[in-house]
Amino acid sequence: MKKESMFGLLLLVIRRDLMLAMRRRADVLTTLIFFVMVVSLFPLGVGPEMDMLRKMAPGVLWVAALLSSMLSLGRLFSADHLDGTLEQMMLAPQSLSMLVLGKMAAHWMVSGLPLVLMAPVLGIQFDMSAEALGILIVGLLLGTPILSMIGGIGAALTLGLRGGGVLLSLLVLPLCIPVLIFGTGAVEAVSTGLSVASHLSLLGALLVLALAFTPWVTAQALRISME
Amino acid sequence: MLEVSNLACSRGDHRLFTGLSFALHPGQIMQVQGENGSGKTSLLRTLCGFLMPDEGDIAWNGSSVSELQEEYYAEMLYLGHLNAIKDELSGLENLRISAGLSGIELGEKEAIAALRRMGLKGRELLPTKVLSQGQRRRVALARLLVSDAKLWVLDEPLAALDVAAVALIEELIAEHLARQGMVIFTTHQPLQVAGMEMRTLTLTRAGSGSRGRSA
Repeated sequence: MKKESMFGLLLLVIRRDLMLAMRRRADVLTTLIFFVMVVSLFPLGVGPEMDMLRKMAPGVLWVAALLSSMLSLGRLFSADHLDGTLEQMMLAPQSLSMLVLGKMAAHWMVSGLPLVLMAPVLGIQFDMSAEALGILIVGLLLGTPILSMIGGIGAALTLGLRGGGVLLSLLVLPLCIPVLIFGTGAVEAVSTGLSVASHLSLLGALLVLALAFTPWVTAQALRISME
Repeated sequence: MLEVSNLACSRGDHRLFTGLSFALHPGQIMQVQGENGSGKTSLLRTLCGFLMPDEGDIAWNGSSVSELQEEYYAEMLYLGHLNAIKDELSGLENLRISAGLSGIELGEKEAIAALRRMGLKGRELLPTKVLSQGQRRRVALARLLVSDAKLWVLDEPLAALDVAAVALIEELIAEHLARQGMVIFTTHQPLQVAGMEMRTLTLTRAGSGSRGRSA
């Protein structure tokens, strides 16, 4: 019998959550379909004015990404909480923060990454330029992991509460505002000819901050929720 | 060695027990008794660190468990009311993952051998959602076979098990005690471990404050 290292445990959690997601594909698809639906409703509702659509595009795509990542957050810990796996995770001989980071990473791969890949296709509906699409993808790549990580804190705090889903959104959405501002700002900077580097580096800085603090905060919140 | 001194625990405003002290030495087994709601599960969950005691201290080999944290968790195994297995995964996957979470990298052969010993031959690769309640419990209990933890904390390990499985668990516990392991458990079914003195801890509810009595 070999001992698991800290990194091995992180990979184990990611692999486990991805395997579970693959066995429950409906959950993954609903998030993605929700994203596609919300984004596609705007051109239909607003009308086919290219100038207006082009201007709205980054905001609509980012808000839709934000909302659809909220959809799957409730499931981040609740299934493990209900069947007792979360208890066992707390008794793991490695730090709980590491396991939490693994769960967040898997959550992003399942619900964030598909949105990033889908976004350029939807951007075409809004007549976005190739350059703007590129920046949108980079912004989403930096931003969606932050959404998963901040969301993790909310998911841990609302664990086991009735009507936790709504409360979760109320808690998490305000915290995601900076990500939204810099994410859309970067794409708008392209169309106005300004530098995108500042927005993207701020997003990167937020990502680093989130990586450093959110797993630990979430682990503490989980311990409180278990009582 | 597990030492509990002057432990007090409450749920909400309700005091479950106060002044609870006992020590569990290697090779010893202790049954926590008491009626429903007397705080058996709360006591075991406090030992796991899920609940914070109001007063008192829990020490493992002389150091407080709140300081040891992961070092203590590496040496203990907790099995609660919940099986901690995933319906979508097979018994084999479940066992390998739960062993991994407790820090042991388990090979496929070892895992299959453990499941077979638990009487799940031929069902190792079925998703656990098609198994019966008792069989799922057996998947969860297979962790006992692959763990190298010294302290077993078992909350109602015999629930949903048939006679043959109960005998098997008794055998596993006897083996564990023979290896100088420690067991603390609750059950409402009779459990006999051959050749071992069974210590009991009775939680009684006397009025508002209750005390634990260790025999």
